[in-house]
Amino acid sequence: MSSTTTQDVSRRDFLYIATGTVGAVGTALAAWPFIDQMNPDASVLALASTEFDMAPLQEGQGVTVMWRGKPVFIRHRTKKEIEDATKVPLAELKDPIARNANLPPDAPATDENRVKDANGKANPKYLVQIGICTHLGCVPLGEAGPFNAWFCPCHGSVYDTSGRIRSGPAPRNLDIPPFKYVSDTKIVIG
Amino acid sequence: MSSHASYEFSNPVVRWIDSRLPVFSLMKAQAMDFPTPRNLNYWWTFGGIAATMLVIQLITGIVLVMHFTPHVDLAFDSVEKIMRDVNYGWLLRWLHANGAAFFFLAVYIHIFRGLYYGSYKAPREILWMIGVIILIAMMATAFMGYVLPWGQMSYWAAVVITNLFSAIPVVGETIVQWLWGGFSVDNPTLQRFFSLHYLLPFVLAALVFLHIWALHVPGNNNPDGIDVKSEQDTLPFHPYYTMKDLFAILVFLLVYLAFVFYSPWYMGHAINFVKANPLVTPAHIVPEWYFLPQYAMLRAVPDKLGGVIVMFASLIILFFLPWLDRSKVRSLRYRPVTRIFFWLFAITCVVLGIAGAQPAEGVWLLVARIATIYYFAYFLVILPLLGKLEKPKPMPASITEAVMQKH
Ligand code: HEM
Ligand code: FES
Repeated sequence: MSSTTTQDVSRRDFLYIATGTVGAVGTALAAWPFIDQMNPDASVLALASTEFDMAPLQEGQGVTVMWRGKPVFIRHRTKKEIEDATKVPLAELKDPIARNANLPPDAPATDENRVKDANGKANPKYLVQIGICTHLGCVPLGEAGPFNAWFCPCHGSVYDTSGRIRSGPAPRNLDIPPFKYVSDTKIVIG
Repeated sequence: MSSHASYEFSNPVVRWIDSRLPVFSLMKAQAMDFPTPRNLNYWWTFGGIAATMLVIQLITGIVLVMHFTPHVDLAFDSVEKIMRDVNYGWLLRWLHANGAAFFFLAVYIHIFRGLYYGSYKAPREILWMIGVIILIAMMATAFMGYVLPWGQMSYWAAVVITNLFSAIPVVGETIVQWLWGGFSVDNPTLQRFFSLHYLLPFVLAALVFLHIWALHVPGNNNPDGIDVKSEQDTLPFHPYYTMKDLFAILVFLLVYLAFVFYSPWYMGHAINFVKANPLVTPAHIVPEWYFLPQYAMLRAVPDKLGGVIVMFASLIILFFLPWLDRSKVRSLRYRPVTRIFFWLFAITCVVLGIAGAQPAEGVWLLVARIATIYYFAYFLVILPLLGKLEKPKPMPASITEAVMQKH
């Protein structure tokens, strides 16, 4: 043992570092299943789509349906609500992006873009949006707040009749889920 | 616990065990003979009180688990069953729910004690930092416990708090879905919170062990903030401080039990007796009182990411306190100017708590903003500056001298 040559030392160093590296990489790889098990599982991912017929909705009436465990607001807007939403200049908006999953990610937040489905079809009467405040996830109240549209009671975010954020801490407009019209009034969400 | 002085125990069984595993020597050296400054006041009893509350949480928690079902369809009903059917179930639940609140009360007082008497300064920086980790772990534990009964406030607390992470740029949404195990707070969320709520208190117990270890290396700070110079300055921990601590613990438990028996839901919110409903957010959601100051800071900032950063920063900044306060003098007894700012700081924390309970609008929003600014200014501006500018009062030469001056 006493006659260790330089060569022996470097070989030993190599084994030492190689073993350590394999151990470290192996531990890191082994950790992944324990982290990934927390991600949405197969049953959650196999998300059913939700079908809804808006024909029975009267003007000024809204309903909330569930999709992926989230509330979706579907509203038959009044003429005044549509007018209020269309006449707002884009420059006044806090978030100028449509946030419509059916459109390119940079589509501007015009009222027209807020109601389009996956095929670009739209009926301005019907507004379909995920009913979750983009601040910290509360469900905003309908027909409330300064615009008599949506108001989040949790920390005071105010949305207009197009579901666009106008004041308060929420950073984004309410999200529009992926959906498409299968008839003039019937939609499939998801 | 650096060296185990071996004692000669008279009991032969004790001696036999101790020579193989020196637990008895350790207990005697660290919990009985341990030299403790003779001038500790009642603010020093809150460490022992907090430890007692942790034990109460562990015991009541473990038995609650025997009756609780962590499932979205059953959790709420199983808690109601605990309240109505399980023998003494009501007592166990109220002990646990109020126990959490009184645990925080004790720990907050314990922290302010440290702030006032400069217990975070050299050589106790690590001790202080472990304490901050304990505070954060406690907060996570209490938050996840609060979700378990699956009432309206439980559910919406889970939604709002997990959504804090969505403020993180780019990966925020991914992290939140990972936390939820889905696209919303749902059964997977409840089950993992249950698992972690069971685990974390034991992690806390281990942290408390490290905390006490780090305490027993330099020994206790004291109200005069001066080092122990001779044996004359100290008393053995037992019986002097075991009895003093025990007395304080009993008085504290009396107040705690008064709440448990006479007003168990005084600090709660009635809406949590309504089962969780993902479609309806209660009109006014507020956390438990012990999170209100942080909640006020979150809402004081009109920007999502900004609010989240400020809220977490209010805790993280405590890690840096030992280096932000530049004064060598520990106790504020000898720092008359800092003392004024300290009390302003304490009032600020209470004001933040009050503001956090109000809807975030009008005057309260303004009050919360001013208080948030003062909270940070205290650490980042006032303490660093006063450490240089203030002229401390003359200090007694020793603890014994300080004690004698008073009598
Ligand atoms: C650091 C210590 C702990 C804290 C701060 C804490 C806090 C809480 C809180 C605030 C609740 C909600 C109470 C309510 O509103 O009903 C709760 C519930 C619960 N905790 Fe803990 N807990 C702790 C330790 C434990 C431990 C060690 C266990 C089990 C081993 C446990 C098991 C439970 C169970 C089963 C519930 C649901 C039943 C109920 O709501 O009363 N806890 N906890
Ligand atoms: S969650 Fe809607 S304003 Fe905060």
